[in-house]
Amino acid sequence: MIVSDRPSQRLILEAGRADRQYWADIWRYRELFFILAWRDVAVRYKQTVIGLAWAFVRPFVTMVVFTIVFGKLARLPTEGDAPYAVLVFAGLLPWTLASSILSDASNSVITNSQLVSKVYFPRIIIPFATVMVALVDFGVSLLILIGVMAWYGVVPDWHILLLPVFVVLAVLVAIGPALWAAAMIVKYRDFRFIIPFVIQVGLYVSPVGFSTKVVPPEWQLLYSVNPIVGVIDGFRWAILGGDSPLYLPGFAVSMLVAAGMLWLGIHTFRRTERGFADLI
Amino acid sequence: MSDVVIRAEKLGKKFVIGHQVEYSAILGEALVRSARGMARRAVDMLRGRAVVEGDEVEEFWALRDVDFEIRRGEVVSIIGHNGAGKTTLLKILSRILEPTLGRVELNGRVASLLEVGTGFHQELTGRENIFLNGAILGMTRQEVLARFDEIVDFSGVEKFIDTPVKRYSVGMYARLAFSVAAHLETEILFVDEVLAVGDAEFQKRCLDRMSAVASAGRTVLFVSHNLAAVAALTRRGIVLKGGRLIFDGPIENAIAHYSASLSKGKVSRDWGRGHHSAIISADLLDAQGMPTDTYEPGTPFNLRIEVETANMPGLGLELHLRDANNLPVGFYSSSIFSQTPLPSQGRHVCTLSLQPLFLASGDYSFDISTNSLTIVVDHAVANAIPFRVAASSPGGIAYDFKQSLGNGVLAMQLASPLRIDSRSPEPA
Repeated sequence: MIVSDRPSQRLILEAGRADRQYWADIWRYRELFFILAWRDVAVRYKQTVIGLAWAFVRPFVTMVVFTIVFGKLARLPTEGDAPYAVLVFAGLLPWTLASSILSDASNSVITNSQLVSKVYFPRIIIPFATVMVALVDFGVSLLILIGVMAWYGVVPDWHILLLPVFVVLAVLVAIGPALWAAAMIVKYRDFRFIIPFVIQVGLYVSPVGFSTKVVPPEWQLLYSVNPIVGVIDGFRWAILGGDSPLYLPGFAVSMLVAAGMLWLGIHTFRRTERGFADLI
Repeated sequence: MSDVVIRAEKLGKKFVIGHQVEYSAILGEALVRSARGMARRAVDMLRGRAVVEGDEVEEFWALRDVDFEIRRGEVVSIIGHNGAGKTTLLKILSRILEPTLGRVELNGRVASLLEVGTGFHQELTGRENIFLNGAILGMTRQEVLARFDEIVDFSGVEKFIDTPVKRYSVGMYARLAFSVAAHLETEILFVDEVLAVGDAEFQKRCLDRMSAVASAGRTVLFVSHNLAAVAALTRRGIVLKGGRLIFDGPIENAIAHYSASLSKGKVSRDWGRGHHSAIISADLLDAQGMPTDTYEPGTPFNLRIEVETANMPGLGLELHLRDANNLPVGFYSSSIFSQTPLPSQGRHVCTLSLQPLFLASGDYSFDISTNSLTIVVDHAVANAIPFRVAASSPGGIAYDFKQSLGNGVLAMQLASPLRIDSRSPEPA
């Protein structure tokens, strides 16, 4: 018989008991996390004709449309000398990452209801596993960005080194509301209809197709309450360098809101996850 | 070693269920009802309660005041009727459900097997699914790797191990799923019914595997309807009834207790009475004439129904067979089908032996009613005989024909062997 590397453990199950081993459990179930993430990535483009090319096509076409609509037709200003397409793509990258995390992660618990009702594991690994899929698509989009920048001859400066930080922020901004929604959807399926709506509206109220500088200065701070604003600004700062200075008070507001939502998301998820199997 | 590895104290689990009050064909009434339902759900949501479908909400205890202790290396079976709380208990012990009351103490690494093939993904290959399913059941990658050949061997699908499982036959799929599950090795193992599916030969292999597990000094909790398997595998039995633990002791006594509770449980039920008649008791009988709650597909349906009639000639007995969705799937009437009305006065025991049906696995029930000559229902008992078909394998292979598959509830049996006459010459 194989000797397990997992130590014997003593466990108490009781109503409403906060599980002190929860975070240790997540570590213990890390393999399940990776295998669920791998599963989602592996099956994502199965039985499609062009496969991974979809990850190229969608953001590219969106970029072209936005550049034409906002840049050429609406004649919105760009930032500094940055080509409008690069401005749009620098906004589209974090937006796509955050919105796909929000929509996939919030539905993830019910799409995996088979698992939830038949086996135990820390449920929080399900929404986090979907983040990996979004990151793979993000990686592909990043390649397009490099191509677009090379096409326009845009050379990034040292700011680009901080891009990974903003990627992490984009994930955190999305995962907070996503966890909250994932927990709520288990109880109230209404949220299945609310989340796509939020994403649809969010695309236009967030500075994806236009620059944040378009918003009047006196409204800038209030506009930053939408946390994705801070992340998009951060991306543009990192990619466009000196052309897109970062508005720090707004960024701080965005990050505060994001931190609050992250806390709320984790808190709500942890509080309700023990009842998931009752409701699903 | 005789230390306690599982200790359950005053364990209770409450569920809230909704009922659909009868459907209204009048638009106005239906609107009022749905508005009322919406208002109730909105109030529920504001109070943070879960949304329950239905017009009436009821609480019920699936488990109540359950206490027991299990020592290291013990192999214990949990037996009871459908709805006695067996699966709920296993789900609480395996941390899927949270107890409403009481507490459980577990010492040791736990794995539970409530279903085979949990998380299998259609698009992935057999090999990939072994790793996926293994991880879901709690095995590490190394453990799966170490046992990989054994698992494939046991399943007998090595030729198709790199084919997506959606291309598998149902039998191959089931065997692969069983095989991963059968190689789960933990200190404490919970097994629910799952190994009781598949063809006879595969079942035997699974049971052999279970007894090997049981004799290897690990703690196993085993839920089954298969009393023969229970008796062979375990020495201690816990009997649940209506969510309460009614017996805990040697397996022979537990089985006796369970069988006795089957026959007694029905008699004590009070179903009320109609104007001229009363259905007093109703049982499904096994081949030995003992009350049972499981039906073996393809065997005669033996029912025993006790009825009382008063001053009413010509009453007939009617049966409605219903599936898990409560849809009627069969009907029998003694006055119409057999022209045998009940005597007008007294207490009668009716014994019916209905033709065998090859039912799909799942839950069923018989509604029973007495009807007057004018087909007016006198006394009706809904859900009088609930029963279950544990496994249904029409072809004798590892294929479970389930109700939930959506192919209906009847496996159609051939009257004579399938004949195929080819009209064109075979291609070379």
